[in-house]
Amino acid sequence: MSGVRVLVGTRKGAFILSSDGARRKWRIDGPHFGGWEIYHLKGSPADPHRLYASQCSGWFGQMIQRSSDGGRTWEAVGNDFRYDGIKGTHQWYDGTAHPWEFKRVWHLEPSLTDPDTVYAGAEDAALFRSGDAGLTWTELSGLRGHGSGPRWQPGAGGMCLHTILLDPANAGRIFIAISAAGAFRSDDAGKTWKAINRGLRSEHIPDPEAEVGHCVHRIAMHRSRPSVLFMQKHWDIMRSDDAGDTWREVSGNLPSDFGFPIEVHAHEPETIYVVPIKSDSEHYPPDGRLRVYRSRQGGNEWEALSKGLPQRDCFVNVLRDAMAVDSLDSCGVYFGTTGGQVYASADSGDSWAPIVRDLPAVLSVEVQTLP
Amino acid sequence: MIQVALPQHLRTLAGVEGAVRVEIRGQVTQRAILDAVEASYPVLAGTIRDRATQQRRAFVRFFACGEDVSLESPDAPLPEAVASGKEPFLIIGAIAGG
Repeated sequence: MSGVRVLVGTRKGAFILSSDGARRKWRIDGPHFGGWEIYHLKGSPADPHRLYASQCSGWFGQMIQRSSDGGRTWEAVGNDFRYDGIKGTHQWYDGTAHPWEFKRVWHLEPSLTDPDTVYAGAEDAALFRSGDAGLTWTELSGLRGHGSGPRWQPGAGGMCLHTILLDPANAGRIFIAISAAGAFRSDDAGKTWKAINRGLRSEHIPDPEAEVGHCVHRIAMHRSRPSVLFMQKHWDIMRSDDAGDTWREVSGNLPSDFGFPIEVHAHEPETIYVVPIKSDSEHYPPDGRLRVYRSRQGGNEWEALSKGLPQRDCFVNVLRDAMAVDSLDSCGVYFGTTGGQVYASADSGDSWAPIVRDLPAVLSVEVQTLP
Repeated sequence: MIQVALPQHLRTLAGVEGAVRVEIRGQVTQRAILDAVEASYPVLAGTIRDRATQQRRAFVRFFACGEDVSLESPDAPLPEAVASGKEPFLIIGAIAGG
């Protein structure tokens, strides 16, 4: 019988939650790397036993961990993330020039086809690639060399490259997103990049329609239709039907269009999920009611999904990398909260139940669907 | 042999219990000790000092014979008691938290 493995990164370690295809009984394994921040861990689509984890600490810096047995054992691999060439500067919060400094890896994206190739999205914003299973890393410096780099600036959480999407239909195409620079696309495997922010409008920056400077929180795609992208921006839910060349708003009837994660149903490319948050300073659900919103029309028309979720006195947040779907026949949807709960739905979001309630604050959730 | 006391998280990473011991030929300095520790335990590279700049990480402190030597030159000789192995060189994570 098939099963799922939910990979959870938290402020104080990693947890692996496992179940069979029924997704009713769960085994909780962890913490791995107790006491360390695990910004993200993810499995290789080409080898489900191969996992990568970003482990970091304000004291001891960045580690990358690799597992070749589905997370039972781990091995520290390379942590030498050096910016290529002259590092240059980006904008600091006050608009002054600030030198690029490596701080941590926010997101790891294993190759779709090769378990030993993995991409890392870093703060300060840069994209790195390893072709030897994480032992060594090389910056794809064409991104920072795009020319707009000196105008990028950090969001409240830092200037992080948090989203990496690999196009399953075009091996050379990569999408990334940076807070607060915006979205970028490469069509030559990361050598050169194009800012893809036309149509975004951000009232909190001097030129609301600037080429860069938008605080993109997350981008998602369905692998069967990689030129259609969905974006949760600082405010606004956006959609592109031309691989990011242009965007249009699809926030529709949401109670708030501020939020962090956005995800696409495994089998329905027009079904998308967001978790509305009250505002950019009040990072909790409107009215203290935790609700996932689902659109089956690719945006604009949204329905609240609340069955099984707390509907009073709930003031947690769901961070940008903390939502994922499985690809079982009845699509499972998962998300983790800053309150340490990991919720799962085995019926595309119609109903929810906590897998676990009392983990450290959840930073990331990924799901592997196992044969 | 020089004794080096590591904080718990770095002992876990290195897979050791208690102080580690390293041999140094020549003058015993912070740099010589850290070079030797990283050579013996490559997993610790980047955890005590920055990979690129070799600067001590901001929340890491060094002590020798009860003295905070964090701000001393990495090439300054350490006390004889550390160099002889009588006293450990302490690497400590700063207390930062509630």
